[in-house]
Formats: sequence, structure tokens, C-alpha cells
Amino acid sequence: MTLRNDIAITPDLVASHGLKPDEYQKILDLIGREPTYTELGIFSAMWNEHCSYKSSKKWLRTLPTKGPRVIQGPGENAGVVDIGDGQAVVFKMESHNHPSYIEPYQGAATGVGGILRDVFTMGARPVAAMNALRFGAPDHEKTRHLVSGVVAGVGGYGNSFGVPTVGGEVEFDARYNGNNLVNAFAAGLADTDKIFYSKAEGVGLPVVYLGAKTGRDGVGGATMASAEFGDDIEEKRPTVQVGDPFTEKRLLEACLELMQTGAVIAIQDMGAAGLTCSAVEMGAKGDLGIELDLDKVPVREERMTAYEMMLSESQERMLMVLHPEKEAAARKVFEKWELDFATVGKTTDDLRFRVIWQGDEVANLPIKELGDEAPEYDRPWTEPKAPTPLAKDDVPQMDVADALLALVGGHQCSSRRWVYEQYDTLIQGNTMQRPGGDAGVIRVEGHDTKGLAFSSDVNPRYCEANPYEGGKQAVAECWRNLTATGAEPLAATDNLNFGNPERPEIMGQFVKAIEGIGEACRVLEFPIVSGNVSLYNETNGRGILPTPTIGGVGLLPEWEKSVGIGFVAENQPILLIGGPAARGTHLGQSVYLRDLFGRRDGDAPHVDLAAEKKTGDFVRKLIRSGVVTACHDLSDGGLGVGLAEMAVAGGIGANVTEVEGNDPILTFFGEDQGRYVVTLNLDPQGDEIAKLWKEAEALGIFAPWIGTTGGSMLTLGGAKPVAVATLKAAYESWFPDYMAGEPSL
Amino acid sequence: MKAAVIVFPGLNRDRDMIAALTKIGGEKPAVVWHQDADIPDADLIVIPGGFSYGDHLRCGAIAARSPIMDKVRERAARGTKVLGVCNGFQILIEAGLLPGALMRNTSLKFVCREVKLEVTNADTDFTRGYTKGQIIRCPVAHHDGNYFADAETLKRLEGDGRVAFRYAEGTNPNGSINDIAGILNEQKNVLGLMPHPENLIEAAHGGDDGRALFASVLKQVA
Repeated sequence: MTLRNDIAITPDLVASHGLKPDEYQKILDLIGREPTYTELGIFSAMWNEHCSYKSSKKWLRTLPTKGPRVIQGPGENAGVVDIGDGQAVVFKMESHNHPSYIEPYQGAATGVGGILRDVFTMGARPVAAMNALRFGAPDHEKTRHLVSGVVAGVGGYGNSFGVPTVGGEVEFDARYNGNNLVNAFAAGLADTDKIFYSKAEGVGLPVVYLGAKTGRDGVGGATMASAEFGDDIEEKRPTVQVGDPFTEKRLLEACLELMQTGAVIAIQDMGAAGLTCSAVEMGAKGDLGIELDLDKVPVREERMTAYEMMLSESQERMLMVLHPEKEAAARKVFEKWELDFATVGKTTDDLRFRVIWQGDEVANLPIKELGDEAPEYDRPWTEPKAPTPLAKDDVPQMDVADALLALVGGHQCSSRRWVYEQYDTLIQGNTMQRPGGDAGVIRVEGHDTKGLAFSSDVNPRYCEANPYEGGKQAVAECWRNLTATGAEPLAATDNLNFGNPERPEIMGQFVKAIEGIGEACRVLEFPIVSGNVSLYNETNGRGILPTPTIGGVGLLPEWEKSVGIGFVAENQPILLIGGPAARGTHLGQSVYLRDLFGRRDGDAPHVDLAAEKKTGDFVRKLIRSGVVTACHDLSDGGLGVGLAEMAVAGGIGANVTEVEGNDPILTFFGEDQGRYVVTLNLDPQGDEIAKLWKEAEALGIFAPWIGTTGGSMLTLGGAKPVAVATLKAAYESWFPDYMAGEPSL
Repeated sequence: MKAAVIVFPGLNRDRDMIAALTKIGGEKPAVVWHQDADIPDADLIVIPGGFSYGDHLRCGAIAARSPIMDKVRERAARGTKVLGVCNGFQILIEAGLLPGALMRNTSLKFVCREVKLEVTNADTDFTRGYTKGQIIRCPVAHHDGNYFADAETLKRLEGDGRVAFRYAEGTNPNGSINDIAGILNEQKNVLGLMPHPENLIEAAHGGDDGRALFASVLKQVA
């Protein structure tokens, strides 16, 4: 077989495509000849870490992905979960870390665009978005620039597209100085009998291209995202794509209209590795070959080579296989929305991926081996070093009220209002709980009472100290946040951000974190239905904190019964539900230690999954019974910060007792897991609350009455009272002051 | 009464607006695609919010030059009520149906939050459901809502009771001159405003202060 090739293949060229010598040998063995330049590009696009999951696949298989409500688990554009009444929620989280560091606005914008496309490709209208963002230390010279660009990019795309952002995370740590993280989540609603998949069916059918024209932007983006950064980072700017939310919005409406016509057999968006990846996936999944004629592809620039077209990551493009007899109806839809479309190829029965350019064949490769049968590694890994727990008497002291103010006014626990007010949180008119609480809540259109809750969580400090417990904790906290609104957690998506997997200690973090995630998902019956892995988050050999972000979705049968975190009335009893009798005991890896004493020692808090489940189920039942007026899960900063957030959100103070014989620092700032603070519309001396306590006792759940809401001050035990207004000022001012360049770090 | 909602590509609060008109008016409005030849018989024409044509050139500039806007102008001249919200307001200004300009917010950032509005003129078909001086809650969500007009235009707007809503209690989110949130044309049958009353019409939204605007105008044209 002789194929047209204009550029000689040299070892340097192979290396610059991110292919190792043994991988190149595998290519030679597979095709029995030297690849063309275009073919080399195609292999590089398909076999890089980002697209092939070659280091992670072995471990991802161990995650629980099935459940009674799961319609579609990992392997498609997004996961699909049944929410009853013939409706399904379709969701996924995906990273855009590398591009967002190189070019924050476009990197973040196209991250949002990519995840939205994954959702509507499956036939779902996006109804909610979240973003988990992690940046370097506040005092690092690039941080403000990155925060400002990423937030504007997320907003610029999502707002214009028209999806409400209902939640997310923003965190700072010096370990992200050289690699920020942008993890974008989107969820959509679809009818269970109208879900669309990427698997092509039928031979000789037209492969149709729809959406924006193909340009030279993002060529090699996926390969770039599969390597660590060095000093040449500025040279990587051209690998970042440019987003156009206007086209995406039209693409959404056109796809949903098109799907109504019954013309679509298979559909796949062009994301990482563009035309190459989408065509190969459609063919490989359907056990079909694909032939593409690049001269038919709508292009933005002249004289694009086959290589550039196959590797372009231009945004807002779709590839689909259509019923030929419905092409006219499809054409009408595309014309209405003024989108480019063209028949660019056909399905074949030879299991080959063939690419024609200027009349010549420039690629002819076995399609299965490119896709599902890409290389897979069992990378060596080492067991993470067991952390040394803090000594029992190692409780650094500080005035409780001062510590509380410093924490709520610090970078970790302060309000993210500066960020989320740049996102449209209300569009579509279904947002029931906006960002700032435990989880975002929307009502489900087309149903009278049903709602959905969304939360994104991980504690990278815990994951670094103890990847196994950290992995468990990320899942547990997400599950807990959903529960705190009254929702039943349904399923989750994971976005696993780690350093270089070729280093055994990083691979060890990955393996143990997955083990923890899997364990927690099994016990909490919270399967992983979609996800994404981002490795090589390193700069000059220094990796990020291991950050397996968990995005979860919960179902509320009656959204009217969901509760928020703010105190709603005076004189209501405050209960702490879950955790140990001493209320707080665990200071290792706490925000208190890190941010007030500069210490990163101790073990991560242990998550007792059985207790977690029992406690959460109890709290959810209470909320649904209507006696709970506010509920907040406890996480960073422990009970003290949790209470402060409830007071600030409601504009009402509280008086809270301390525990005799326990250090108030541990009581108020310990980060023990599996705990909720609730306020009740019950008489603390009455029969109903007594019944509640009896039930808790029978279940072995600790649920003490720890205080009462009211007044304008928050008083934590014997500490001096702090005005809620003072807390609020501290809580609300850190972010805007920081972004304005005030020196309040 | 009959309402029609005009939709341009890139608008994204059309669904919110249609839902609000349907819930309050009891009847689904006609939905008019920008390429439609004409607007069906309607007593109220609404241009909802969003990012028509991706905000390219200037917010609302391209939509304002769309042929369907000639029909909107004709109807407005005949006394049909026209409401433009957010991008709809920008389009009405670009189309010459309302005076002034909407510039980038002074923060240079998109802003989505709840603000307070003062009903400055309660004697119009759009605002009769409120009382003059009433303070209402209303969300905003925009990047270019900073209203500006020259001194003479402002004097006329203020003098003729053509400022319908003003940001109140220090909540001006965008730097608008005289805290202007919404204005009327001379005949007071065209209203443009930046805030989104359609997103605050029921308990599920956490309040229904926006409801009276639709209730007023729908009742007026019944």
C-alpha cells in the first residue's frame, strides 16, 4: 500500500508527537509499514493519555458504575441516570486544566463549551452547570490574572449559551502555582426513550459534519494536554482553542430539533482530537469502517493540510450518521440555524479508517486498534507513605473568636460571591438554590414537584496526606452536600486530576485515591457514571495536589421541601447530627492548622462510611418530614465555620455551647467527618424532639442540642461573641479585596 | 389579550419569558422567528433577553437591523405595546425605538444578582400594578447595562415621566446614569429595562415582585 506522504518521518518527529519508541514500534507492527505524516498525527491524537486513558484504564475499571437507576455508565459522551416519569439526567465533568493555564479566558470558555456539547450530543437540554476551579497561592504573581481570566471565560461562555451555573468550588494552594485546574460540569434533561449515542450503525450511510468551520486552532491540543509543562509554555498558546458560544447555542437548538426528526443514527461531538477522535469512535463502537473526504470539510482557512484538519480542535462541531432518506429534513434544520454542514464521508464494512485529501489517500488504518484497542499500561506505583497522626496534645492555641474571624475572612473559607455573580445563576427560571450553599438546586421542567441537586467536592489536602481516605472523603462530602438539601444522591462523575503517572509515587496516589472513591461509592450506593482523567499536571517536575473532583447529582421528589444553609428564624434549636460525642477531635490537615499556623501535618480525617450512610439517611428523612428549617454539612473549618456560614446566610446569630473537657479548638475547628448542623422548628422541650432523639439513639447517631438561634451575635462557647455583621463583612470582603489588589492575604 | 415573543438566534431567555407570559396570562404567546414574514396579530410584543448574534458588533446591533424589526416599529407606531428586557432593551435602543445607549458595566464584568428597583412611574400600562415609589426586588444578569443619554435626552426622560424603573437603595449594578433601569418611549407604549422581572414571578423564584409588570400589561391589553 502506498499512501501520499509529504513529510518524512524521523525519530524526532515521532518524539515530538508524544509517542514513545515502543509505542512507535507498536504502530509499525500494527500497520506493517511506516505511517504517513497524517497517520502519525492520528496515532498521536488517539494514543495520547488524554484520549486513550492508557495509564488509568486499568484502575478506572474497578469503579462501581452500575445501579438500578443507571441507564448509561462511562464510555459515552456523558452518563445517563433515570429520574423517574420517563425522564433522565445526563451529566459529566471534564477538565480543561492545561489550556486554561496557557490562555485562561479561552481555555476555561472552551472547557465549558466542551462539556455542554457532551451533554446535548446525547439529546439532553443542559439545565445546570458547575465549575471546580483551583489556583496557585493568592500571593503568586500569576494567580489574580488566572482567576480573573478563568472566571470571565467560564461566565462568557456559559452565560451566552444560557445555562445556569448552580455551584462549584474555588480553592487556592501554592501547589497549583504552575498548573491551575478547571473542571467543568454540565447536566441536562432528556426523555429516557430519546437518548442518542455515538455508535454508528449501517454500511454506506452518510457521515455528516455540522457546526463551525474547521480552522487551525487547537491543533495538537490533546497531545499538549498529555505532557507536563516546562519553560516553553508560552509557545503552546496556539494549541488552545477559541470558543464561540453563539455558534454553540445554535448548534444546541439545531441538534435538539434534528433529533426530533428521527434522522440521527449516531452523533458524536468533536472535542479533543477533533475530527479524528469523533470519526474513529463512531466507527469503532459500531464495528464499522469510516471513510472521510477532507475536501468536503467546511474550512475557515485556505490550504489546510490533511494533518491540520484531522488534528484541529476547532470548537462547536458535530459529526453524525444520518438516515439518508431524512437528509432533506435535516438540511432544513441546519439552514434555519445557519450552520455549516456537509456530507464528509460514509460508513464502510472494512473496519478501516480511510482519509482522502486532494483526491489521494493519506491515511488508511485499522479503526478498532486506533480506538478501543489503544495501548494500555500497568504503570509501576508505590504505596503512599503513611502519614504521622498529630500527637494528642498537639493543639496549637488561638482565641476562638479571633480564629473564626480569620478563617471566614481567609482565602479558603470566605464567600465566592465575587466569582458566582459573574455567572448567570438564574437563567431558565428553575434555580431554587443558587451558589453559596451546600448544593445547587433546580426544579425539573415538565414536572410539578421534582427537583435536582448538584454538588462538586474534593479536599486535596486530605488526598495528599492520605490518598485513600481523601478519595473516600471526596465522595462522602459530595454525597453529604446533596443530602443536606434533602436530596437523594443518585450518581456521580469523577474528574481525576493528578501529576505525572510515570512517577511511581504519583501513580500510587492515583491508585489509592481510586480505591477510596470506589469503596465510598459502593457503600453509599453512588455509582460513577462518567468522568475524565487529567494527568501530567506538573511544571518542571513539581506536581499538583492530588485532586479527584467528584460531581454528584441528587433527586428531590418535592423541591419545596429542600432546605438551605441560612438560619431562618430566632429561637430555633440547633442540633449537630453525626460525628463523635466530643463533637470535634480531628485537627490533622485542617484549614485551622494550614491557614492559621502554616502547618500541613497530620493524617486526613477518617471517613466511617457506614456511619456516613446512616447519618445522611437520618438527616434526609428529617428534612423530608418538614421539621428541618436549615441544614449545613460540616467540612473545611469544622463546626465553627459551618455555624458562621449559617449565621451569615440567614443574618441571624446563635448561642452555641462548648463541650466540657474538650479543647474548644477541637470542638469548633476539628474537621471530623459525617456531620451536619440542622435547625428545627420544634420545641426543644417537646415530645417531637424527644422522639427524634430516641430514634437517633436507636440508630447510634449522636445528635446533641448544641445551641439556639437568635440575636445579632454568634457566640461559640466561652469565646467572646462576634457580631454576625462583622463575620459577614470578613466573609464577603476577602475575594473582592484580593482581586482589587488589596494586601489582605 | 394576545402576546407575541420575537426570537433571534442567540437569545436565551426566550423560554423564561414564554413561561412567565404563559403562567401569568394563561395563554401561550405566539413565538415569532426572526425570519418570519410578519408578526401575528398581537397586543403585546416582547423581545426577551440573551445574546442575539453573540453580541457581535454591539449588543443588539445586528438584531435591530433584522427585517422583522421594521414590523415591530410599525406596530409600535400603531400603539401596540412593546416590551424589551435585557438584550431586548438593547435591541430596542439599537432599533431607535428608545433613546440613549447601553454601555459596558462600570465593573467591566458580567453581573448576576438581585437588586432593588424603585417604580418611578406607576401610571403606565406596564407599571399600573405597582404604586409610585414602591421598592421591588428584581434580578439582573448582564454585561452591558450601563444606561447613558445626553443631558437633553435625560431631561426629557425625567421630565416626561419616561423613567419607569430606577435602581434603588444603592444597588445600581452597572453605573447607569441617574440609576436608570428602565425607560419608556414618548407614547409610553414601549418599555425597555435591563432587569429580569420574568425570573421573579412565583414562590419558587423566592418572590413574585416581577409578576405585577406582566399582570398590568396583560390586563391592560385584554
